[in-house]
Amino acid sequence: MRTQRLLSYLRPGRWPSVWCPGCGNGIVLKTFLEAVDRLSIPKEKIAVVSGIGCSSRVTGYMDFNTLHTLHGRAVAFATGVKLAKPDFEVVVMGGDGDLLAIGGNHFIHACKRNLDLTIVIFNNMIYAMTGGQVSPTTPSFFQTPTTPRGNFERSFDAVSLALAAGATFVARSTVYHYDHLVQVLERALKHKGTSVVDVLTGCPTYFGRYNNMPTPSSVMEFFKTHTCFIEEEGEGKIKIGIFKESEEPEFYSLYKEITSKEGAME
Amino acid sequence: MPEMVFLQGNEACALGAIKAGCRFFAAYPITPSTEIAEVMARELPKVGGVFLQMEDEIASASAVVGASLAGVKAMTATSGPGFSLMQEVIGYAVMTETPCVFVNVMRVGPSTGIPTKPSQGDIMQVRWGTHGDHAIIAIYPSTVEEVYRHIITAFNLSEEYRTPVIFLMDETLAHLRESFFLPRDEDIFVVERLKDSFLSEEEMFLPFSESEYAEPTPLPLVEMGRTRFHVSGLVHDESGFPFTSPDIAEKLIRRLVNKIRLHADEIALYEEYETEDAEILVVAYGIVARSALKAVKIARRDGIKVGLFKPITIWPVPASAFKRVAEKAHVIIIAEMNLGQYARELTFVLEDRKGKVIRTLNKVGGELITPEEILDVITETQVEI
Repeated sequence: MRTQRLLSYLRPGRWPSVWCPGCGNGIVLKTFLEAVDRLSIPKEKIAVVSGIGCSSRVTGYMDFNTLHTLHGRAVAFATGVKLAKPDFEVVVMGGDGDLLAIGGNHFIHACKRNLDLTIVIFNNMIYAMTGGQVSPTTPSFFQTPTTPRGNFERSFDAVSLALAAGATFVARSTVYHYDHLVQVLERALKHKGTSVVDVLTGCPTYFGRYNNMPTPSSVMEFFKTHTCFIEEEGEGKIKIGIFKESEEPEFYSLYKEITSKEGAME
Repeated sequence: MPEMVFLQGNEACALGAIKAGCRFFAAYPITPSTEIAEVMARELPKVGGVFLQMEDEIASASAVVGASLAGVKAMTATSGPGFSLMQEVIGYAVMTETPCVFVNVMRVGPSTGIPTKPSQGDIMQVRWGTHGDHAIIAIYPSTVEEVYRHIITAFNLSEEYRTPVIFLMDETLAHLRESFFLPRDEDIFVVERLKDSFLSEEEMFLPFSESEYAEPTPLPLVEMGRTRFHVSGLVHDESGFPFTSPDIAEKLIRRLVNKIRLHADEIALYEEYETEDAEILVVAYGIVARSALKAVKIARRDGIKVGLFKPITIWPVPASAFKRVAEKAHVIIIAEMNLGQYARELTFVLEDRKGKVIRTLNKVGGELITPEEILDVITETQVEI
């Protein structure tokens, strides 16, 4: 029954996906659909905007209003969509390279603006579509085809970045923590303001293979053993949970409130 | 009584856009286009629209295309350096057949150039700035009244042909103040965007199918909502979903070009003056057309058989009209504030020059071409004939 309901959100005839066996993107997609279903958001009122990359192909599979846009620019496109359709639930989905490297400027400015967008980062720590090159979230010393001797740079912490830039809902989860991820996405969608959810997802093909995690299960094992909830003690572990959830003036509400004082808005 | 106004080119551009139904504007400040953003910031909320200053020109262009796909007419305005940054988004708008208007107020380039001086150096970038084969519509007026009138034309063309339209101005036109009569509402034609309620309950909207009435005209875009369409910059079929088959790619790219190329005569806007018996034809557009008109009038007074052809639609080239007026001319003088970008295209359009002499008058230092300079070329030419 639940499966049938979730399947109704998918576009028939667009399968199989472009994703490799063992890829975590399908899990993120399913958790998102569960969150949408729990909130009973009508399909007509959702717009999902993505950029370029493996995860960005997600928009083609969902039966909503979907935009597969340019590399890095999904947040900017979504800003236009939301302001044209303020009653829509507008969601941005994309990879770590797409949203934090080429799209980094749009990302931080969206957080600052606090427009009601939900940004879901499919964080697989590499550029998977082009063959696994180093990304802004690749951990130091990890190996990729463009860092054959290991990554000499430090990595971006998407959560800290979003917090510093002013996002009003900031959370992290992983594809290993399925139920937690559903809950987090549900809260993110409900939140009024810019929500950022950093989802750690596995790419056994290009991330795992170069870093001693060649199977999907070994990548899952990595997320299980290398993470802990915010409340827990865990030296050197990646924290997951909701880092911030605060009610602050949302951009469009504020825009409308102030401009309507002139008596001109509809 | 029609209302008389006294406006700057940039102001007329912003106010005309609102008249055309523009309700979303995103931009990044850049000289000499900034006043357009300032007027939009002040005026758009009054009509229920949204103004947004974005973090850069790429974001501005992206937000504009997003807003338009969602169902709201949208525009951005910039100048050379910002226009360069917008090229990838323009290609996306071409590929996704999204109606939108990009205003480019030309200043001296390349690079930062001279931000406060006029130029016509972006004529070819407008045509070929984004990668891949494509067609584009570009309009370049030469008076403030034309700016107001034709920014509305630009919006209408973008809706009808589902394409980005580039609206060109130059620093002088943008900052020039002129008085003119505002067109009355009943004299303004505006193409409206379709609402999703337009579709019946069962109807599936195929955003990239052609109109069955007039190939290769695209179907009008219907706003987001019940349409639930998918849009991608990837090669796609009529449903919008990606396919990489060579047949589909070949068909799509040819259709995107042909929907504009085969309608060039309908899109063409131009003016001609005293071309009937002209042995010398001056071609000039934008701000230079004003100097050219004056030069032609003086030369006519001196009995020289000279006429003026002023393209307003720069792309596609108003080829039929140009070939017709060029037919009788022995000499064609092309005056432009670049090093011959449009002259090259016009020469190509002529195909067979039939012994016609083509002379060019070019200036790129940020100074206008004066009527005297054009008159000098006309007079020299007259002596040679």
